[in-house]
Amino acid sequence: MTQPSKPCDLKIAWLYGARMNIYGDRGNIIALTQRARWRGIDPEVVEIGIGEPIPDDVDIFFFGGGQDQEQIAVSRDLVGPKGKAINRAVDNGAAMLSICGGYQLLGHEYRPYGAEPLPGIGLFDVTSEAGSERFIGNVLVESNEWGSLVGFENHSGLTWLGSAATPMGKVTIGRGNNGKDGTEGVRFRNAIGCYLHGALLPKNPKLADWLIEAGARRRHGTDAALDALSDTTEQIAHRSAIRRAKQMR
Amino acid sequence: MTTNDRRAFRPDPRLSAALLLAKGVARGIQVAGRGGGTSAPGMVADRVDVGLLTKLTDRLAHGVVTVAGTNGKTTTSRMIADLLEAGGMKPVHNRSGSNLVRGVISAFASQARLNGDPGGDAGVIEADEAALPELLERVSPRALLLNNLFRDQLDRYGELDTIARKWRPAIERLGPETTIVVNADDPTLAALTTGVAARVVRFGFNEERHRLESLSHASDAAACRVCGADLAWHALYVSHLGDWYCPSCDNRRPDLDAIGLDIQLNGVESLDMTVRDTIRDTDGDHAIHVGVPGVYNAYNVLAAVAVGRVMDVPMPTIIASMAAFRSAFGRIERVTYRDRTLTLALVKNPVGFNEVLRMLTVATGGLEVPTLIAINDLHADGRDVSWLWDVDFELLADGDGKLATTGIRGADMANRLKYAGVAEDRLTPLPEEFESSLDAFVEQISAGGSGYILPTYTAMLRIRKILADRGAVESFWKQ
Ligand SMILES: [Zn+2]
Repeated sequence: MTQPSKPCDLKIAWLYGARMNIYGDRGNIIALTQRARWRGIDPEVVEIGIGEPIPDDVDIFFFGGGQDQEQIAVSRDLVGPKGKAINRAVDNGAAMLSICGGYQLLGHEYRPYGAEPLPGIGLFDVTSEAGSERFIGNVLVESNEWGSLVGFENHSGLTWLGSAATPMGKVTIGRGNNGKDGTEGVRFRNAIGCYLHGALLPKNPKLADWLIEAGARRRHGTDAALDALSDTTEQIAHRSAIRRAKQMR
Repeated sequence: MTTNDRRAFRPDPRLSAALLLAKGVARGIQVAGRGGGTSAPGMVADRVDVGLLTKLTDRLAHGVVTVAGTNGKTTTSRMIADLLEAGGMKPVHNRSGSNLVRGVISAFASQARLNGDPGGDAGVIEADEAALPELLERVSPRALLLNNLFRDQLDRYGELDTIARKWRPAIERLGPETTIVVNADDPTLAALTTGVAARVVRFGFNEERHRLESLSHASDAAACRVCGADLAWHALYVSHLGDWYCPSCDNRRPDLDAIGLDIQLNGVESLDMTVRDTIRDTDGDHAIHVGVPGVYNAYNVLAAVAVGRVMDVPMPTIIASMAAFRSAFGRIERVTYRDRTLTLALVKNPVGFNEVLRMLTVATGGLEVPTLIAINDLHADGRDVSWLWDVDFELLADGDGKLATTGIRGADMANRLKYAGVAEDRLTPLPEEFESSLDAFVEQISAGGSGYILPTYTAMLRIRKILADRGAVESFWKQ
């Protein structure tokens, strides 16, 4: 472990961590904090629950998936000042990783089957709706910025990109946003929404570092490159997951 | 021959035809030497007589115990079958581990005679979570055990809320002739059994020593089912199981009819506990010793004892039956191989895995014994390995025990251990194939020493087969 070369800190906000944490989402928080610590950065993780305000100085947000019942409560809590605070933070450079339910609630809205739509906060120009089929399986995505991304999807919600939206990448194995247009996820500034869990960041360290770099830039205002880490174990896990996705296709 | 064997059953040609067919299919599968065909006989029998399971179980004089829950079903239903037998009953039990509806039909058909005699006088049905509503429609049990509800293989079952939602109407339909034996330490199960027409017997712990410090990340049921606030716990024992209450309304753990306390864990070998029982008129504290390890098994023991009391088995008989119980083959077992003692413990979901890790580290606070973790992602294991991130592997960061990984998802496992803070010089990622990785692991153990192997389900089957083929001897919980 390296000594702190550039003394700094990093504030990570885990949105609704107690309620939205299915499918090993916590692995993404572990990856962010460990990869920061291995570089001598001392990260702080704050869990933000229902009724609790968003601190002004969040550098990285994480927003995972949840069960249906939780998603309704969370949607209610997000409309209003909290949603505005998240939009403002991302506009000012904060990083965001959102997955499944969290991704859907950051779009315009989520339309459940036979029930009132759940309003989102419109950070992403996407709209989601309940689908009749559940997409379950390994996913491989090709992206320009982060190369190959490998994970696992498990969702029946379909997400459609608006005209202003840029996808995270092209899905080459799996179903992606909606099983139709070949896209997976969305990217806006330093914010990402997607259906990849797995957990995602531990075996896609390039993406993890991109988020940490964006967070560090927001905190310090400078473009300081991160120290390189030995990612042998991560790379082996990454390649073996890709091999498995190809086998199971 | 008991009197029951001679009891005349009303002839039922359709039932007999279905049984004949089921037995024929079962024999065909056996002759063809194909394993895993346990659902096929049930499938054909069901087409001929959809009432087969209902008719057979109606003929069981002492009624049926149905066992449901994410973890511990096999162990608990074996304990129950044993104690019914000790109480003089002759239980029919779907022991084969096939607990979906057709598997249960297959098991009961194979034990019945062609004249419709069910082959016993009591039933024990181990029910898969997804199959429980349909099984309750077909068989109205005398006792229904709801043991726990944990996150398990979400890609198969959907979310916990969905399971609870599907269970509710089936549970509400049960009448007072059924006694629901429920783990009241599980907030979701407590809510599901509040205000129902069936009789309810509630069990839980009042335990001082084996408390967890905080809710683990593997836990789910955190919200109050009355007001939606986050629940809190006076004491927490396994995952979200404990003495829970709601800080914002008066919802709390209901009063208990059977209480587990003074739990003493004897390593990976056995446990002692006291059961305080008010289910029948024999109020009092009873000391129980069982050859199964871990706090999670103390819940299984308490559940089995409570069911035994509901089934009118006398307490001394229950205690004797528990003392003679041996761990279900395939859950925890011990073998001698190349002069090393290997303890194998099945891991299948975060809560179960956490409890195994707790057991391995309880003595010293860290891991001191070489351990091999074998992770597969076939259907029976769960195809999604993200659950590994909900297991508290951080417990293994302390200690000097070497950690090796193998299996189809061994690389994911090695990465998980790295992020848990396990020092790299303790970590050995071994090849996927168990044939070579087993020997490489065993060589890390000094001759005469011992090691742990923690495999997922299909990895367990494969490793057991390799060990047996290579002449490993089962050295402890011999069946
Ligand atoms: Zn409440």
